Amino acid sequence: MNIIKSFTLATYLAFKEVIRNLGRFMLVSLVIALITLLVLFIAALGEGLGNSNRQYVSNLDADLLVYREKADLVIPSSRVNRADSRTLRRVEGVTDAGIIATSNTTILLPDEVLKVSLIGIESGHPGSPGIEQGRNLGSELAQEVIVDRNVLLRSDIQLGDRITVRSTQGTEDKTYELKVVGVTDGQLYTFQPSIFVTFSNWDEIRTKSDTELGKASTTVNVIAVKAEDPNQIETIKENISTRVENIEVTDIKTAIENIPGYSAQQTTVQTQAVFTLLIGILVIGGFFQIQILQKVPQIGVLKAIGAENFMVGISAVIQIIIVTVIGVAIGGGLSYLFSLSFPPTVPIVFNGVSSLIAIAALLLIGPIGGMVSIIYAVRIEPLKALRLS
Amino acid sequence: MSSAALEVNNITKIFQSEAGQIKAVDNVSFQVKSGEFVALVGPSGSGKTTMLSILAALLSPSEGQILIDGRDLSRMNETKRVALRREKIGFTFQSNNLIPYLSAAENVELMLRLNGRLGRAGKVRSRELLARLGLGDRLNNLPAQMSGGQQQRVAIARALIHNPAVVLADEPTASLDTERAYQVVKTFAALIHENDRAGIMVTHDLRMIQYTDRVLQMQDGKLVKIYKTRSEIERLAGIKG
Repeated sequence: MNIIKSFTLATYLAFKEVIRNLGRFMLVSLVIALITLLVLFIAALGEGLGNSNRQYVSNLDADLLVYREKADLVIPSSRVNRADSRTLRRVEGVTDAGIIATSNTTILLPDEVLKVSLIGIESGHPGSPGIEQGRNLGSELAQEVIVDRNVLLRSDIQLGDRITVRSTQGTEDKTYELKVVGVTDGQLYTFQPSIFVTFSNWDEIRTKSDTELGKASTTVNVIAVKAEDPNQIETIKENISTRVENIEVTDIKTAIENIPGYSAQQTTVQTQAVFTLLIGILVIGGFFQIQILQKVPQIGVLKAIGAENFMVGISAVIQIIIVTVIGVAIGGGLSYLFSLSFPPTVPIVFNGVSSLIAIAALLLIGPIGGMVSIIYAVRIEPLKALRLS
Repeated sequence: MSSAALEVNNITKIFQSEAGQIKAVDNVSFQVKSGEFVALVGPSGSGKTTMLSILAALLSPSEGQILIDGRDLSRMNETKRVALRREKIGFTFQSNNLIPYLSAAENVELMLRLNGRLGRAGKVRSRELLARLGLGDRLNNLPAQMSGGQQQRVAIARALIHNPAVVLADEPTASLDTERAYQVVKTFAALIHENDRAGIMVTHDLRMIQYTDRVLQMQDGKLVKIYKTRSEIERLAGIKG
């Protein structure tokens, strides 16, 4: 019996058994579908939560971030001289540099408030977002704002509208009016949609203590740097450190990992996903092991009449693959349908790469879970199996 | 009847146990010709099932030689033994004979699939054989939808469909009532003769041996007596006093 004939016969037997015992196999497929739903949602939640925290930083048109030395690469803790951005633009290997100043504020809506990240930028320099609709910020003193699309999704604000933001100045609340001149996308930061203003406006609006009132800030949180050649990052980092004192330079990936809570949150979500997959492996392994134990006499008959171990093993593998693929397909479809019903405020993002990784892992749990039963099936001795009958 | 399809020469099977060695089969020799239907009888523990397992290439003898269609079983590795079971031997067992998720026709065709010989002609032949066994209207029934006797007849068809040299039956009537048991063995014997195969049936039910051509009686692992004539067999079967 050659391999192709064995494979063909194994496929025939596997499909026949699944079709003739559809209810039993579909039950397992449904269990796999539920596990798939859970894993995909955990992956999407991880992606959504991660996005909500890092999206602005990961979408920066920059290769490096410059922090205050000993700020532990924490953006809110870092203070860098605003003027350093001009110095950095002259460093060899640097194409451009732009300031990033972060704070929080609240947009006043007719019936509620919307909490947002307030980001001060230099228009047209690294740190400023890509414009999807409208235009970039105009002059430094114009009362203009660029808003993340999430702001529009969560309110009735439109391009061209005037919005009112509120912040605490000393011990008093004060409001500011800004005109929405541009809309950007994918700019969530610290779990809030971002709004972008010029540094002067940012300094005016940001929450201040009594002692800061009336004083213009000369510092920003970090400076975003764009390199001429991203492959020369290490050299550029050295050049920057030589030109500017008391700073720490890092790449964007490291900057994201150091966003407060980001790594801990992602590790937690990934651990949940791994444990769900492990539970899946145990459930599937248990089902197929019980099934093989019930089929011992039947496998004994097959072997006694001349079926090879290879064919018996392949038949078991094909069955597991059929059940797993059907389960993952149902689970994937259900996940997609559910995802359509979530409002934009729910941090669930079905990212192609993370979903594909989750699906690949799910497709593997069947064969891994069924491994013990496959080995058991191959090792069944026909004579002993027939005596059991 | 023609040449010997099965030749058993001085077969001994020893099992090791905590109590010591157990000689389950002790220096047994016999031949079965094509077209001959032989019964292997004896009390429990006489070694007949062990003997059948050895003939089925499911168990290796400790000593001796077995030739099936001229091929020496004792010199084969496991892969060749599996191929021999598939090509040269047909089986029916006591129970759980059939693959539960295959229909009657599919169970019979399985032997042809295993041998890579399932064509249009093979399908026609399997259906004809089932019809010959009175199962023409049960072709698409699953084993669970058939009676024990009908299942045994499907097993007989599966054992014969690929024209094996030797057909082995282990207590084929064990789970059947008397009427159906007679019917099954009678049909089995007729097909063995018609198809010119060598048939060996292990049975504890002596009434069934009336349809066989020869009876080999075993006791304590030894072949103690061979009943060759019709009158000897009928007397043993209890038909003649």
